[in-house]
Amino acid sequence: MAAWRHFQHMADIGVHGEGASLAEAFEQTALALSAVITDPALIRPETRVEVECRGSDPEMLLVDWLNAWVYAMATRGMLFARFSVTLDGGGLHGIGWGERLEPARHQPTVEIKGATYTELKVWQAPDGIWHAQCVVDV
Amino acid sequence: MDLTRLEQIDETCWRIAPTDGMRVPGILCADAGLIRAMDDKVREQICNVARLPGIVDAAYAMPDAHWGYGFPIGGVAAFDPVQGGIVSAGGVGFDISCGVRTLLTGLDIEHLESVKRPLADQLARTIPAGLGSQGRVRLTHRELDAMLRGGARWAVEQGYGEPADLERIEENGCMAGADPDQVSKQAKERQLQEMGTLGSGNHYLEVQHVAEVYDPTIAACYGLAKGDVVVSIHCGSRGLGHQIGTDYLKAMLVAAPRHGLTLPDRELACAPLESSLGRAYLGAIRAGINCALANREILTHLAREAFERVLPAAHLDLLYDVSHNTCKEEEHMLDGRPRRLFVHRKGATRAFGPGHPALPESLRPGGQPVIIGGSMGTSSHILAGLGSARAFASACHGAGRSMSRHQATRRWQGREVVDDLAARGILIRSPSLRGVAEEAPGAYKDVDAVVDAAEAAGLAKKVARMVPLICIKG
Repeated sequence: MAAWRHFQHMADIGVHGEGASLAEAFEQTALALSAVITDPALIRPETRVEVECRGSDPEMLLVDWLNAWVYAMATRGMLFARFSVTLDGGGLHGIGWGERLEPARHQPTVEIKGATYTELKVWQAPDGIWHAQCVVDV
Repeated sequence: MDLTRLEQIDETCWRIAPTDGMRVPGILCADAGLIRAMDDKVREQICNVARLPGIVDAAYAMPDAHWGYGFPIGGVAAFDPVQGGIVSAGGVGFDISCGVRTLLTGLDIEHLESVKRPLADQLARTIPAGLGSQGRVRLTHRELDAMLRGGARWAVEQGYGEPADLERIEENGCMAGADPDQVSKQAKERQLQEMGTLGSGNHYLEVQHVAEVYDPTIAACYGLAKGDVVVSIHCGSRGLGHQIGTDYLKAMLVAAPRHGLTLPDRELACAPLESSLGRAYLGAIRAGINCALANREILTHLAREAFERVLPAAHLDLLYDVSHNTCKEEEHMLDGRPRRLFVHRKGATRAFGPGHPALPESLRPGGQPVIIGGSMGTSSHILAGLGSARAFASACHGAGRSMSRHQATRRWQGREVVDDLAARGILIRSPSLRGVAEEAPGAYKDVDAVVDAAEAAGLAKKVARMVPLICIKG
């Protein structure tokens, strides 16, 4: 039941993740972030990168989490195919697996400038499923 | 947007009366057709901007306004520091000092026909474009700080660009008051490999020709004539600017309760101009502005190199360089007296009128060139600023999208877009066909309607329209 999707925003694009836990929803949102740039199936999960985030609430934490990957992609020249999240009281420890970007093979569409607070929501639906989303500026 | 909820002042001026905590009215500068097509979110966002402390006169929307983050894209607002005015990271956005410059070449379209293809290929090899491309200029941390202080002036001192370019750039190529110490280590890290790169999305380098001249006198002042070949570059402050936006949005959001600010929208994160955080952000965005100016100057140098190889008869002289995502301290007349204000232009271009002291002598008779970018197949425009009291001497910046990226990729294939444009004589060079599909010209609004409205509203005067011949797309 873990899944990601994009939602429409006129100038930019929304990323949405859902799963059985908050951690799983965060993992899926990061995957949606990768999918803004290319088809995640084209990315080989060869190299492991770890990030730490702090946030005053789950929504601020989501923005920090996505921005950590925006930063990792920009400074390492990488794309990521798989994510793992462990939440611990107010913060998270995350791992991403990916590889160096190769423009010819990945055909990247667009660079992500940052995660925004627009349409930013983290919630648990009545059916127990966790959802996390925001718009990213491209 | 529903016109019945607006008070019409004239053909291109519509007012939102101040209610529910709005300190000033909202003013939309556009014709009925453009306003009808605008998202209701523009109205909501303009009303929210009008609620911010220290705002003066009105919260303005330009003819190309659309739904943005906090501020609408195409939003203009000025704040008075002595009235508790604020500076807003959301009011500038992620791509600090994103802008456009246009270079004259001294050639007309006949000179180009025989070398169009080799020139396109040479430009594609020379200009680093798209995600993952790296700049030729590698900076140490010390050099990066010097660049953040010096802007395009730094670039010229390093041998990129020509001294004559500087007076043709806002702030003479160097934004005063930049403070590299207020720019995070992460922001600097993001920039180390990105100097002199175009970026992606709607950023481009285009070779264009002047298809139409509307005002021959001002066009002559700008050195433009029908048939002339020009080069336009659209890009911003790259990773450094994006990270400054990320860092300060969060810092301002966290500090808002401490500053006694109740934000109508988290994206309107702001800080009082007279606070340490407000001053730190001003130091950081001024550094970001210099980064964008240096970046466009380096790209200009690279474009000159490419032309030198293929078309040595060309001499690329800078017409002008404008930034359309900024907050700048300016003096404006308000209620009959000069006031020192901090003018936010988010997707809006400064449009100083004839005689303005910030312009070089040679451009003063015509007023400030206002450069409006198109998208691959669509026209670009050069307007002349009129220094209108409305909207603190500002005008529009571009067309804006009419279709989301997702809709565009469902409608068009990248290859099809490239072939269609080639059949119209426009050569596209891009590392990503998928990126081309997202930026298909059909996904943008009609820029001609936007500039017509800007002229009718008295913000700027139409001078010339350019159409693309070659587009290097990120």
